[in-house]
Amino acid sequence: MSATQIESPRSPKAAAKIGSNRIAPQYRRNGSSKGNFEMLAWLFMRLSGVVLVVLIFGHLTVNLLVGEGIHAIDFGFVAGKWADPFWQIWDLAMLWLAMLHGTNGVRTIINDYAEKDATRLWLKVVLYAATTAIIILGTLVIFTFDPCPVVNGVQLPGGFCPAP
Amino acid sequence: MPTKPAGTLYRGREGMWSWVGHRITGVVIFFFLLVHVLDTSLVRVSPEAYTAVIGAYKNPLMALGETGLVAAIVFHAFNGLRIIAVDFWKKGAKYQRQMLWAVLILWAVVMVGFSIRHLSLALGGH
Repeated sequence: MSATQIESPRSPKAAAKIGSNRIAPQYRRNGSSKGNFEMLAWLFMRLSGVVLVVLIFGHLTVNLLVGEGIHAIDFGFVAGKWADPFWQIWDLAMLWLAMLHGTNGVRTIINDYAEKDATRLWLKVVLYAATTAIIILGTLVIFTFDPCPVVNGVQLPGGFCPAP
Repeated sequence: MPTKPAGTLYRGREGMWSWVGHRITGVVIFFFLLVHVLDTSLVRVSPEAYTAVIGAYKNPLMALGETGLVAAIVFHAFNGLRIIAVDFWKKGAKYQRQMLWAVLILWAVVMVGFSIRHLSLALGGH
């Protein structure tokens, strides 16, 4: 009876790295067809999460807690914010990060609970279509928005608009 | 006599319930986000369209809804920071229970402050 020969290096990770066949393919952490997408998605959730805490808490404070709060929100309020590139970039970052963070979260939930392959596929098709539409719509609105519209030949009031 | 499955370190305890709470609040926030981008996009249609729809956010029932939404956001935010600490801080896993209690206490404090301010503004005479 001979003892099993285990070659050096004996750490599974190191062995997988040099392409040893001692680890079945489904248990290898690298070299799979999915690449490291899931790891990058995991990392993105944490990085975007930290940034979103700042962006959203700032958004809620400025829009709901300062001054008259929600009563101050109307067309002029939004126009006043987006006349300033600072708030355009703030809202753009919030839009993209929140949509991608939320989409990846819902993707995880679909993968967890939808058991049939076809159900999973179609739920994700709907999810990605909605995400794409909302991100494009929001981005276009932020950048094509005119804070000083002229309605029926009359300039809408607002201190941020140049005199007509 | 059949007995309930034995509890584990995770099942039925703080770790599991914070995970459940994180999922539910996440989904709620995501669906609100879709609606919120759509309603804000009305600024591109016309000032009247935007002001009319945003007016719907200003009734007393919606004020309670907004408070609930912010409660979901604040929990998701604080618990998310706890998850990051569990993943990246050396002692994160060891102190995850204590951190959940810190999350809940901080959440309660922030929500008391937010509710007083927002509800008095939203429900106050205007």
